[in-house]
Amino acid sequence: MIERKVLAEYRYGLKPIEKGYNRRTLYVNVGSKEIKEKPVSDMMIDKFVGGKGFDLYLMWQGVKDDTKWNDPENEICISFGPLCGNTSYPGSGKSIVTTISPLTGIPVDCNVGGHFGPYTKFAGFDALELQGKADEDVIVYIDGDKGIVKILTAPDEHINSHVLAEELHREFAEAEGKEQSISVVSSGEAAENVLITCLNFSFWDKRRKVARLKQAGRGGTGTVFRDKGIKALVVKYSGLKVDTNNPEDLPTLQKTGLKLHKEIEAGDDTQCRMHQVGTAHLMEIMNDYDLLPIRNFKYGQMPEAEGLHSREFTKLFTQGMADGCWYGCSLSCCKAVDNFKPRTGPYKGQPVTVDGPEYETAAGCGSNICVWDPKDVVEINFYCDTYGVDTISFGTSVAFAMECYENGILSKERTGGLDLSWGNADAALELLHQMARGEGFGVIVGQGVRRMKKYFAEEYNADPKFLQDIGMEAKGLEYSQYMSKESLAQQGGYTLALKGPQHDEAWLIFMDMVNNHIPTFKDKAEALHYFPMFRTWFGLQGLCKLPWNDIEPADNAQTDEPAKVPEHVQNYVDIYKAITGRPMDKKEMIRQSERVYTFQKLFCMRMGGGRRQDDLPPYRAVGPVTEEEYLSRQERYDNLLKEKIGVDPTGKSTAEKMEITRKYREDQYQQLIDAVYERKGWTKDGVPTLDYIREIKMDIPEVLETLKRFQ
Amino acid sequence: MKVLKTYPEKCISCHVCESTCSSLYFKEDKPELSCIQIHDETNPPDMNVCNQCQACVAACPTCAITVNKQGVVMISRSLCIGCLMCVAVCPTDSMRSAFGKHNPFKCIACGACVKTCPSEALEIVEQ
Repeated sequence: MIERKVLAEYRYGLKPIEKGYNRRTLYVNVGSKEIKEKPVSDMMIDKFVGGKGFDLYLMWQGVKDDTKWNDPENEICISFGPLCGNTSYPGSGKSIVTTISPLTGIPVDCNVGGHFGPYTKFAGFDALELQGKADEDVIVYIDGDKGIVKILTAPDEHINSHVLAEELHREFAEAEGKEQSISVVSSGEAAENVLITCLNFSFWDKRRKVARLKQAGRGGTGTVFRDKGIKALVVKYSGLKVDTNNPEDLPTLQKTGLKLHKEIEAGDDTQCRMHQVGTAHLMEIMNDYDLLPIRNFKYGQMPEAEGLHSREFTKLFTQGMADGCWYGCSLSCCKAVDNFKPRTGPYKGQPVTVDGPEYETAAGCGSNICVWDPKDVVEINFYCDTYGVDTISFGTSVAFAMECYENGILSKERTGGLDLSWGNADAALELLHQMARGEGFGVIVGQGVRRMKKYFAEEYNADPKFLQDIGMEAKGLEYSQYMSKESLAQQGGYTLALKGPQHDEAWLIFMDMVNNHIPTFKDKAEALHYFPMFRTWFGLQGLCKLPWNDIEPADNAQTDEPAKVPEHVQNYVDIYKAITGRPMDKKEMIRQSERVYTFQKLFCMRMGGGRRQDDLPPYRAVGPVTEEEYLSRQERYDNLLKEKIGVDPTGKSTAEKMEITRKYREDQYQQLIDAVYERKGWTKDGVPTLDYIREIKMDIPEVLETLKRFQ
Repeated sequence: MKVLKTYPEKCISCHVCESTCSSLYFKEDKPELSCIQIHDETNPPDMNVCNQCQACVAACPTCAITVNKQGVVMISRSLCIGCLMCVAVCPTDSMRSAFGKHNPFKCIACGACVKTCPSEALEIVEQ
């Protein structure tokens, strides 16, 4: 048993939640050891709703204009939203994490599963705000059964999450068999050395008797966490019931949830097969449509991708388990590989349970770096998670390094002897182990693509323009794993996303490229307004996006707007009203999101980002950078020259055709930005207008004062 | 395995079994609160009740549903968090829920309805 000293203790009164809200947040300064509660005002609920809204509002007060990620005043905020923690509607257990990102310098937000969010909410708080830097490693412990918050010393030997989380579940559980009432947030050794890191949020898997790990993946949250000297957050809550949120209308909540459970039971096997294989079902679909990233997003399709077909992952995942990351999620997409024995690294030969791979991991750590053996992908996935590395940024960063190796920018001399040829899984794994050990070329890769570009240009005299073209990052964040070259709308979906190129604001490729439902700039702008706003709403409420459109009602295709899944949107309206008792309709959902989205936009601007120049993609996300890319899809590109640009390709060299294509595509992207900015109520420079801010009733002092600086 | 066996051809649709069940477990005489439900739109009537197939056991996220020594599927009220996922996976629609009640409920082959059935349409058997 580890002996822990209590460095600070705070007792608070336990009280029932009222219609999804506690009306207080928890502030913990791990530096000064101050612990206090803050009231939640009516204004906060009206303007910021909860979840990401509360995170951003609290963080806005905590940081200064020039706060950097490793300044003590930077915060990690974790909030849950009024709908979070209900056990009736699938996908209702999400936490939203924000911090000033070490990769981007602006706020990043991550939506993550596991039990920490709901338990912390039911312990009595609508958000957790962490600030300061501890001079020795600490654990922050919230005992939601007794109403005590403690800062404890953390002399634990282990930092890596699959070991630490499990130990803490056992240590803090009341007794053996009660581990399910605990949840842990932790990172890993790599978070002490590199920037492309994540936080792991645990839940206890009662059948497997292990701690499962879900990731707040993007933007380097793990690095901020370890920089603050936080080894783990632990919460205990034992009293969960169907009505712990004290909803206004439990019968409607149950009825709506059961309707979706039945829809999933009837439809999942023939729709997305989330039960069997989770989001990895997308692998062959993306490959079939030339959308699966391969060789650092050069290509979207290769015959070798057959090796990463979802049937291979289905075989590896244990079937028939209740794999929900929160109770009541019948979509059960968080699949696991059991008794996996790594072949490398410090846990070589030890049987472990690996969460995933999900689609993003299978694509990023598989196809994008040409690793075609699913077991290699599982091993990279395992080490990324336990070391606290984001699989998306890892995949995109390694893919970039491998392309630099292919082009002679890197060599064995420069990589410390590592052969970074496409598909070298051993080298990819060694990069990961180096990130954990804090040594070798892995530490450079772990700084992410933006910093690698600068380093390779300065140290190796590489062509900065070529690096800019192939380096798949924007705002400092690595792209997630879809090919956007042939979908102008998705180029915007990625690159206009506030935190950086993640697909959680909009995924429009099928609407745009495959079904041609949004042909004009106006159509695309409308989609790039509606979907980012609609999806922002999940983050305000503590919900998961997947049960919205990864299962569809049987008659969805016959509705007016199938891409919106109208019946499910109505479900959200219904459960919001059922829990909070507040009025809601489909328009007000979008309005709630617009307020927080605009606030986040201004927050980015306040921190030095958030302008038009930050919304530009690398050309690899837009069109063919190299001749081999052009020639690999020559027929398509030549046809586009003829049909879209009106240029006859006959007799033109590949270089000439590429130049014309590039000019056209880059111009199209600029026109898209103009259309989207206008639809969003922004100027051509990307600044929200005062009229728009008044229209959405977000004219609060913080917003108006910041806006003044940009007018 | 202990199970409530039904004989629809003997059922006279008097619904006494429903009254017995709901009165015993919920202290309310309401057919929607009965573990056995008689749908008499057909002839003979459909006597819907749990056959102890255990499909719900694997679906429960809190392991609140277990099988006892007699082979009867039981729900632990202290562990149940009322998600109703078991209701959706039940292949015979015999896992019950009543909106507003916290937990789902089902036949535990207690035999109370067997005793009150006037037409011997119900029987507890070992299978």
